[in-house]
Amino acid sequence: MGAWFDARLQLAKPIRETLQHPVPRQTASWAYVFGSAALTVFILQIVTGILLALLYVPSAGEAWNSLQILNHQVTLGWFIRALHGWGSNFMVAIVLIHMVQVFLFGAYKFPRELTWVVGILLLLLTLGMAFTGQVLRFDQDAYWGLGIGASISSRIPVLGPWIVNLLLGGPIIAGATLSRFFALHVFVIPGSLLAFVGVHLLLVLKLGINEWPMPGRIVRRATYIEEYHELTHKDGIPFVPGAIAKDMFFSGFILLAIALCAVYFGPFGPSGQPDPTIIQTVPRPDYFFLWLYAVLSLLPPSMETPALLIGPVIALGVLLALPFFSGEGEKSWKRRPIAVLTILLVAVALGTFTHLAGDAPWSPVMDAWSGEPIPEQNLKGRTALERQGALVFQAKQCHNCHALGGAGGERGPALDRVAVELTEDQLIRQVIQGGGNMPAYGKNLSPAETTALVAFLETLHPVGLAPAHDASRGVESGASP
Amino acid sequence: MKSAEGVSRRGMLVKIGILFNGAVGVILAVPIVRYLLAPGIRERRPGAESWLSLGTLGQFPEGETRLATFRHPAVDPSDGETANIPCWVRRVGGEKFQVFAINCAHLGCPVRWFPQSGLFMCPCHGGVYYSDGSRASGPPERGLFEYRYKIEQGNLVIQAGEMPTTGAPTARLINISTGKPPCA
Repeated sequence: MGAWFDARLQLAKPIRETLQHPVPRQTASWAYVFGSAALTVFILQIVTGILLALLYVPSAGEAWNSLQILNHQVTLGWFIRALHGWGSNFMVAIVLIHMVQVFLFGAYKFPRELTWVVGILLLLLTLGMAFTGQVLRFDQDAYWGLGIGASISSRIPVLGPWIVNLLLGGPIIAGATLSRFFALHVFVIPGSLLAFVGVHLLLVLKLGINEWPMPGRIVRRATYIEEYHELTHKDGIPFVPGAIAKDMFFSGFILLAIALCAVYFGPFGPSGQPDPTIIQTVPRPDYFFLWLYAVLSLLPPSMETPALLIGPVIALGVLLALPFFSGEGEKSWKRRPIAVLTILLVAVALGTFTHLAGDAPWSPVMDAWSGEPIPEQNLKGRTALERQGALVFQAKQCHNCHALGGAGGERGPALDRVAVELTEDQLIRQVIQGGGNMPAYGKNLSPAETTALVAFLETLHPVGLAPAHDASRGVESGASP
Repeated sequence: MKSAEGVSRRGMLVKIGILFNGAVGVILAVPIVRYLLAPGIRERRPGAESWLSLGTLGQFPEGETRLATFRHPAVDPSDGETANIPCWVRRVGGEKFQVFAINCAHLGCPVRWFPQSGLFMCPCHGGVYYSDGSRASGPPERGLFEYRYKIEQGNLVIQAGEMPTTGAPTARLINISTGKPPCA
């Protein structure tokens, strides 16, 4: 039976040769499992993606409803959605880990430059899948996320508005927008991913897997190929069964982890309906773009456009050029301190931004003024005027940006000890004129309200710490200091 | 000699074949590229930048800022609720209005009006604007986008149709204060 097929297909021999190609003994390591795991998750995404496409309706008017039906009415529809959503999170993470491993092991050096370049394309395509996938979950986050994408694109000089129209498929975010992101997410990007994954794998097979880097074993263009050949043929093992076992265990473990996350945490959203007239919304990106959300909030306004438009070009240029100007030399991370420091710096920066974006201290808490009461100790035993001030504090939405007793916004400083830091005059000036990123309230507070508010703020100091006062005031009015 | 002639003849035919396919490819590429770029060609888009009614003047009390919505003029059946666009209408007094786009001038998130403090606040990156749309604080580099408006037969009518972004011509045409904080 098998012989009958092989007489016609003639594939058995090349497949056997591929599976049994010799690899350096030390590459049968847990450090070498991430590429195959990314491929496994990619296959999971294709399968679950096709399953979702059976029911998903790529129409701006219907997409959100079809997700509700998947979540609540279709048998196990929620589970397939959860697998696809968690699969995407794991895929982005594994691709990044794979990239870090490849970088630290010097695998991008001669002769594997092209493998690295294709890998960068695969990273971009993976992030493209993540963003377009977030759009297909056509909810409020997706709608306003598209708005942010359009606003960023509009800043491109000259071509900006034209690109916005092209991106949205029209003048606004609407039916045509979702349809084109569907085409990107389902046809264009996955098709390119399949093609480039094929090239990536072909390159790994043709050039051989990167050997375990040894400090002092220097890559030289003239001798490397011969040295590698010697390594694989004198001290090599066949890929199957020598090295594949760990790949299989790790892939299985990742699939299991995705399934467990899917069961335990369930599918992502959808959040509210994509109705732009529902403005009671706090849009947030998915986790892999949270760092960008933080950067956009924290950059000084004047730096934003250059950073947005030039930053990615530089980052991409550096990544693509890397194998060409450091194609030779040490591979071991033990002899490449700058490489290790770069990874640490990028990881710490991305981690910090992501962590910050988790509670987004730069955003006003839009309902704090009505949802977070003033702590009891700030009201007990206060005068009528001070309590009136507390009322002004709530009614004028001060609480949206300023925390009291740990509750409220963090856009501005917490005010639990503001009386120690500012004198009465400084408080009045700050409230009326604003400044330091605070709006001026002069037009929106009557003199009586200002007096009451400042009287309340004057009570905000820790027990035993006297409020700040302006010594010159007493001198001027003739009183003893 | 015969074979050499044959090879050159076949070679010639292959070249002609490549040229022929190339020419057909170009002929096909022109309409394909035009189809792809169509959304970006502004003149050919029907319904962009039309005058749209937001309702009668009576709906907008003097001195107050209210949320109004309009249905996008170039609407497709598949657009659903996304074609309903909100905006903030401030009736300064009499027939003097300011109609602000819902989109924050920073990155387009929906700003919310707080009548008590007289501020627009953005939930995304913390942009804040005064009641006249000028920038108060946060990352926006300018005030809120404003629509052109006119009064027609007792209705407030605005010129709209495009999502306002910092680079869009709509946004550039309309002169908006750059957001110096007003001194009290």
